[in-house]
Amino acid sequence: MAEYSAFNLLRNAISGHKDWRRAWRDPEPKKQYDVIIVGAGGHGLASAFYLAKNHGIRNIAVLEKGYLGGGNTGRNTTIVRSNYMLEENAHFYEKSLQLWEQLSQELNFNVMFSQRGVTNLAHSDNQMDAFARRGNTMRMNGIDAELLDRAQVRREMPYLDFSDNARFPIYGGLKQPRGGTARHDAVAWGLARGADRLGVDIIQNCEVIGFKQKGNRITAVETSRGEIGCERIGFAVAGHTGHLAAKLGMKLPIESHVLQAFVSEPLKTLIDTVVTYGAGHFYVSQSDKGGLVFGGDIDMYNSYAQRGNTPMIEHVVSAGLAMIPSLSRLRILRHWGGIMDMSMDGSPIIGKSPIDNLYLNCGWCYGGFKATPGSGWVFAHTIANDQPHAINAGLTLDRFERGRMVDERGAGPYPNRH
Amino acid sequence: MIRINCPYCGLRGHDEFSYIGDATKQRPASPADATAAEWHDFVYIRDNPRGPHQEIWQHIQGCRAFVRVLRNTLTHEVLATGLPQDDLLAGASGPAKTEEAKTGEAS
Repeated sequence: MAEYSAFNLLRNAISGHKDWRRAWRDPEPKKQYDVIIVGAGGHGLASAFYLAKNHGIRNIAVLEKGYLGGGNTGRNTTIVRSNYMLEENAHFYEKSLQLWEQLSQELNFNVMFSQRGVTNLAHSDNQMDAFARRGNTMRMNGIDAELLDRAQVRREMPYLDFSDNARFPIYGGLKQPRGGTARHDAVAWGLARGADRLGVDIIQNCEVIGFKQKGNRITAVETSRGEIGCERIGFAVAGHTGHLAAKLGMKLPIESHVLQAFVSEPLKTLIDTVVTYGAGHFYVSQSDKGGLVFGGDIDMYNSYAQRGNTPMIEHVVSAGLAMIPSLSRLRILRHWGGIMDMSMDGSPIIGKSPIDNLYLNCGWCYGGFKATPGSGWVFAHTIANDQPHAINAGLTLDRFERGRMVDERGAGPYPNRH
Repeated sequence: MIRINCPYCGLRGHDEFSYIGDATKQRPASPADATAAEWHDFVYIRDNPRGPHQEIWQHIQGCRAFVRVLRNTLTHEVLATGLPQDDLLAGASGPAKTEEAKTGEAS
């Protein structure tokens, strides 16, 4: 379709840019759909896109309470990586990274995916050993990883604190060269346009109020724009999954927490990669506009408010200063909060639910953005075939009952510690 | 900053406290007899309400006592505080309860 091409840009420039089509329609909801996806963020839109593209299901609605991409899709720090070690996570996130690598071409929409590398710093011999193990496991799974020593890290990132005063001296780092960042709004817009062109109805300002059930099935969704019937339904609502599940009398192994993110004033190129702190929680990259985009821990207490608190700002910034002292003179331009669906083992839940035709896509903790295309791809497969794909088969809801946790960090059943 | 009324120390910023978690989860009364489903419910399942939430905080940088807090997760407003065993939802307003606890401790 290549609607966005050099030729079309030239042609529309000549005609004064008056003939561009809307990127996606604004349809009235139909009475009945084969599949309803709740949540028009990256995951919901990707699910609809791959359902239509890979599985030939075109009669789909994506319902969105607010505006498209207005939740966590537009609130993250845009980092994409697949440096996971556990079997259940590694193949899934690697599939997602492979989809990222072709996403701009697939959507004919530039999602500005930039494989600038992601490096996790190590600050002790033990951490270097742990990283060597992680890196080896990744490579055995076919995922790229490089263990850097102190000199290599210093060559790549001279702005880190290599002085004798560093509270936690840098011993080295684990780098995933194929990791990087993407433009988060473009991801939502590109997927929305792609799904819309395949016939998917994206219905904004449409809040789900309740459900009509018959037996162990959901037959219709009651929304602020009327009742809409469905054959199958998927939730992709991140931090609000518990809220929707409660309407069905369902309780989940999830707590909602607020995570803050920050952008500094713009500056000339300083950080040409993504780098994370190994002695605290801090991750930073530099956007194409020049601002440093960074974040750290969640605020630690349950929250549905999309704003955080000042003590965590101080905590995050002090971790950043310990890592990159030259940030001390920078000013923060803006900061915001997003609601994380913190699962009990730190890994997502993508699969079937106790209700026959309801599918869950939740529990993303901090890590939802990087999973966007992979999540949509496996969720579409799960919905279309009524069973998970091999790469999300371990990420089921019942793994908690069966004692098969996927606890990448080894933190135990404490959602705010993942 | 969220301000929490510690029953022993009075009104303090939440950065003096450490968040423990959902106060409504009860460990099975008879651990040896509890079923797998009961353990699953206790360890993993949460109500995760959008609105009033009963939770335990520890006044880690003060008296180190555990404090029960009723807080709205949508607005962060603290609705009531008390001792861990207090029923904050039962009628009595939070501050009054807190005062009682405070005088009780002082005498």
